Amino acid sequence: MDTLILSRIQFGANISFHILFPTITIALGWVLLFFKLRFNATGDEKWMQAYRFWVKVFALSFAMGVVSGITMSFQFGTNWPGFMETVGNIAGPLLAYEVLTAFFLEAAFLGIMLFGFSRVPGWLHTTATFLVAFGTTLSAFWILVLNSWMHTPAGFEMRDGVAHATDWMAIIFNPSMPYRLTHMLLASGLTVAFLIAGFSALRWLMGDKGAEVRATLRFGAWMGAALIPVQIFMGDLHGLNTLEHQPAKVAAMEGNWETRSNVPLLLFALPDEETRSNNFEVGIPNGASLILKHSADGVVPGLNDFVLEDGTVKHPPVAPVFWSFRVMVGTGLAMLALSWSAVFLMRRQRGPEGLPKLWLYGFVGMAFSGWIATLAGWYTTEIGRQPWLVNGVMTTAQAVADVPAGMVASTLFAYLAVYAALIVAYMGVLTYLARKAARGEGVPTREAPLAPEATVRALQPGE
Amino acid sequence: MELFGDPAVWLPLAFAGLMGLSILIYVVLDGFDLGVGLLFPFAEDAEKDRMVASIGPFWDANETWLVMAIGLLLVAFPTAHGAILTALYLPVAVMLIGLILRGVAFEFRAKAPLPHKGKWNAAFLVGSLMTSLSQGFMLGLYIMGLQYTLATVIFGAITALGLTIAYSFIGATWLILKTDGALQKNAVEWAKGGIWGIVLGLGAVSAASPLVSPRIWDKWFSVPEIFLLAPLPIMSLALIALLWVALRRLPTRDDSFAWFPFACGTALFVLAFFGLAYSFYPYVVPEQLTLYEAASAPESLMIILIGAVIVIPVIIAYSILAYTVFRGKATELRYD
Ligand code: HDD
Ligand code: HEM
Ligand code: HEM
Repeated sequence: MDTLILSRIQFGANISFHILFPTITIALGWVLLFFKLRFNATGDEKWMQAYRFWVKVFALSFAMGVVSGITMSFQFGTNWPGFMETVGNIAGPLLAYEVLTAFFLEAAFLGIMLFGFSRVPGWLHTTATFLVAFGTTLSAFWILVLNSWMHTPAGFEMRDGVAHATDWMAIIFNPSMPYRLTHMLLASGLTVAFLIAGFSALRWLMGDKGAEVRATLRFGAWMGAALIPVQIFMGDLHGLNTLEHQPAKVAAMEGNWETRSNVPLLLFALPDEETRSNNFEVGIPNGASLILKHSADGVVPGLNDFVLEDGTVKHPPVAPVFWSFRVMVGTGLAMLALSWSAVFLMRRQRGPEGLPKLWLYGFVGMAFSGWIATLAGWYTTEIGRQPWLVNGVMTTAQAVADVPAGMVASTLFAYLAVYAALIVAYMGVLTYLARKAARGEGVPTREAPLAPEATVRALQPGE
Repeated sequence: MELFGDPAVWLPLAFAGLMGLSILIYVVLDGFDLGVGLLFPFAEDAEKDRMVASIGPFWDANETWLVMAIGLLLVAFPTAHGAILTALYLPVAVMLIGLILRGVAFEFRAKAPLPHKGKWNAAFLVGSLMTSLSQGFMLGLYIMGLQYTLATVIFGAITALGLTIAYSFIGATWLILKTDGALQKNAVEWAKGGIWGIVLGLGAVSAASPLVSPRIWDKWFSVPEIFLLAPLPIMSLALIALLWVALRRLPTRDDSFAWFPFACGTALFVLAFFGLAYSFYPYVVPEQLTLYEAASAPESLMIILIGAVIVIPVIIAYSILAYTVFRGKATELRYD
């Protein structure tokens, strides 16, 4: 394999690992603020218990997000020097504003949020929690502005092969930014909703049916049920926006080769770029035309429009885009089915007792479903942009660093090994924390004095 | 904005200054928390919790200065950024994996089941070691003009060792400030040992950089520069001597002067930094690329500068808030 393909795999691996954790922290910060405010308002200890359990998950996810983010900020220089040399005048300020406005804010107040509960007045602790949540959302804003600009560049001109900014408002509010930002923030909310519901269901199954678990299980299911329809609606709008600006990507998502009307919505197919056709198609007649053009005989762009006279292919690889899109949408539909039926069952029976075992196992199984949908969505987006790195401005091949393939391969291998180990450890520790909490340890209430041996356990630094 | 003359001249300089400041702040701040990790093998298990507690609320913000420094390099000097980072590809990867291990071990050691704690402690040490060794190695290679030859790699190995000991030194002085009792006494001993590393590291860099670069030689050893610059080495030697004396008398009975070694250590880092900055100006890639050649378009730099001028005072204000909230001796960290 050559340096280009290895660098792409390496970048994809690093960003995929990174995105897992911000996806959790962006929304979990707000959820923690909600728990804290509920506690302030009601004085009900269950909200504080929920806060204390989930703040641990937050701290762990945040640390994972920070260290993998630091890796990201070096990747541009080590693997894609051409990127900054060509579009640095635009990407640079956006990244700088992320560091200045978001990273310092969250890093400085994280300490107070995590360890300051008994050191600072209550209002300052609540404010710190707010600022951390705000900071993570702000960093998502800036990075998504940059990423969206790479998909739908605007507000710049090329001089001597280098992009120069002409209109910062057009750069920031580029055509796909509002859709991508909303869709990502909702994705984060869904990821957290199912994470909370999943681990609460796990504790419930282990016999922990206290007020805290009851509250968080309901909270997670409701949050999921509320967000998923909005997400599906936003996803549809996002797709229409992409149809306008990146038709080749949509053609790959639909697996549509010829530009034509009455295009079916494919549920299954094996796209083949050699023969430029699909095998084993199963589809809903006129479906794609209806979704994309809102009429059965709407004309949908096809992939063959993106092949030049000389045979150069200017559209993305079809199968990965086609399939990751289906994984995302499939996960979204599963989320809809589970959360809505669960909310319905709980309303009938006034609480989690109404949930049959199967539903509880369903939530446990879907605890990390947000990760799957998010990754699948990002693969659709990013692979769908290929061969461009910045759509219409520069290709990925133009940006790659001139380093020996062996060096990229060896570091790639090292990163993958570390990431695999850390994912296992992360999931393991989350499960361990849930077990411990289900056994009634580790989440001390402030009222109840602790037994001496429990004090020793509870006083571990960083816990 | 003709206020300061030609922005193509002063903007790159302003950004080099900002970048230098971020690196300096990073080296001091992350230096002490990396140092605390490096001292793990010398500490008892019970002491380790205390040591981690002394850096717990700060390490994330400390590392953000590295992101800031690399970000400024990236935005202000894109060509230099590409050249430096591709030349340092492997050591950068080692450093990143070190930072990953260290940052997560921090959280995992407190949350994983007790029997796993030892493994995470080890990961914390290995991560700190990988980070500081590779940073020192990169410093050495950078001084040598980013060339890989036997001599430059040996020099890199020396600076790697030097910086690692310097970090553990400033880590020890941090522990003197933030702890008491037996741990504080140990920290004093560790700091005494670390002084030699500082001497070695500073000595190697000061001797080698003029020898490899005639330009640097001229900058330091011609008249009148040599007299104007003399205070730098003299002050460094004086600080080392002061530290030596102070460490023999610490800890004092009422814990006065516990701050003194950390302050001296910081001052030493600052002096060394200015020496290096003076040697390299105006180059960002030694002997290859000056900061004026490498700078990006003035309009983009201006946008960033405006933001930086507004935001950096705010950042400093809330960093002070965080350090004030967690002032005093380190106690156990808890979420409630
Ligand atoms: C919990 C996560 C999640 C769920 C359930 C969905 N998505 Fe999504 N989707 C994302 C998470 C996500 C994402 C990770 O956030 C992406 C990647 C980039 C982006 O902007 O959002 C994305 C991208 C993305 C794109 C590509 C946009 C582009 O061209 O760049 C489309 C068209 C959709 N989504 C549409 C949908 C539809 C119709 C869904 C209906 C079920 C759906 N998404 C569910
Ligand atoms: C966070 C979620 C993201 C994921 C999961 C993701 C994933 C990917 C993947 C899988 C590729 C490889 C495409 C291919 O090889 O065909 C890629 C390409 C790329 N993406 Fe993203 N990306 C994400 C966000 C971003 C952001 C925010 C940026 C920039 C600010 C970015 C910049 C790039 C670059 C520079 C490439 C080119 C290299 C390549 O093709 O591999 N990505 N991304
Ligand atoms: C190439 C792309 C990216 C780079 C260079 C990057 C860089 C970083 C860095 C350096 C950090 C650590 C900040 C600290 O020290 O506190 C970080 C954290 C973070 N990143 Fe990224 N990132 C990228 C992609 C993304 C994407 C796609 C998102 C979300 C949509 C995202 C959202 C966040 C958030 C919310 C944090 C806050 C800390 C956390 O929760 O882990 N980043 N990122």
